[in-house]
Amino acid sequence: MSDQLQLYEVFIRSSRGLDHKHVGSLHADDPHQALEYARDVYTRRGEGISIWVVASRDITASQESDCESFYDPLDDKPYRHAAMYELPEGVDSL
Amino acid sequence: MSDNMSLVPNEQKFQSRIDAEEKVEPKDWMPEKYRQNLIRQISQHAHSEVIGEQPEGNWISRAPTLERKAILMAKVQDEAGHGLYLYAAAETLGITRDELIDRLHTGASKYASIFNYPSLTWADIGAIGWLVDSAAIVNQVSLQNTSYGPYARAMVKICKEESFHQRQGYNIMMTLMQGAELQRDMAQDALNRWWWPSLMMFGPHDAESAHSAQSMKWKIKRRSNDELRQQFVDQAVQQAQAIGLVVPDPDLSWNEERGHYDFGAIDWQEFQRVVSGNGPCNRQRLAHHVEAHTEGAWVREAMAAFEAKRRTARAEVA
Repeated sequence: MSDQLQLYEVFIRSSRGLDHKHVGSLHADDPHQALEYARDVYTRRGEGISIWVVASRDITASQESDCESFYDPLDDKPYRHAAMYELPEGVDSL
Repeated sequence: MSDNMSLVPNEQKFQSRIDAEEKVEPKDWMPEKYRQNLIRQISQHAHSEVIGEQPEGNWISRAPTLERKAILMAKVQDEAGHGLYLYAAAETLGITRDELIDRLHTGASKYASIFNYPSLTWADIGAIGWLVDSAAIVNQVSLQNTSYGPYARAMVKICKEESFHQRQGYNIMMTLMQGAELQRDMAQDALNRWWWPSLMMFGPHDAESAHSAQSMKWKIKRRSNDELRQQFVDQAVQQAQAIGLVVPDPDLSWNEERGHYDFGAIDWQEFQRVVSGNGPCNRQRLAHHVEAHTEGAWVREAMAAFEAKRRTARAEVA
């Protein structure tokens, strides 16, 4: 490893019951420092009640350029959507 | 910081958080009984999703058309996904997947009793999607508001997907009801067999429900068994009538005063018999799950071996 600081991705839960959402990234020496920096940078105005930091290098991401082949078998199944099925008269919702 | 950390928050504080409609999140302090109660409920829910694949999977190879087959496969695939969301939510409470599966196999953990009934005809696939998934949705919509964050969020994802399940089932019934007499009879026969078990899905009456009071106080459950059952009946009766099906309950009648349907007495002895392991398919369902799990062991081992090999290869490159 070089002396450079690591890149971390920051996720914040804005309130109880909600998912952590990605808010941005920052550089830090270690996860604890990243957490404190994230607090200082991303929650100065009460943006959240819980922070997750993840080293960016630990994230495995899909490539948008591979979209066509990656999602290929999922796009041609209209029957996965409720809207495909018509309802008879007298039934408004299901 | 360390001073605050060492203070053990008490149950009163926990309850006031619940009362204020604040969600509980994985790292929060929670009473041990709350944790155990949630593990019981979420794992039972997860097992139901997975065991529920069996009666439906039974008809994948015999679906009447290629389209129906593709639809059914997509639905069963969704159920597996729902099982995954729920197992993952249960795991945030500090229990492992292996322990959860083990509890299913030993019978320590239950699953929805309705999946212990056989799917005898193609119309049963219609009845399951329409009635069983409708009943599940009524319950799950109320659970989107449950007090445990990961469970509530899993419910939101699941409810989004369930509406396709319910509609494809109703569509099967509707199509049969537009068909020949034999097809209409088949649809009616399926409704006759699945109606009462569907009502039982909501569990015992409120007065007799073992876990209800505490679960309501902790807001794990948001609406009572009887309230949810009533909502299901009100919806399903109208849906049955719209396609010419007759609900198999001579006591069923609209109660103007209550604004709800009155319905007949549920056979709780039958319910107890099936819950306690003596329904038509209990042994078969469990044996199949054990067999699939045991026979799949080599796949899990092969994946672990492959991963270990890749890790070694990567380490050598680095």
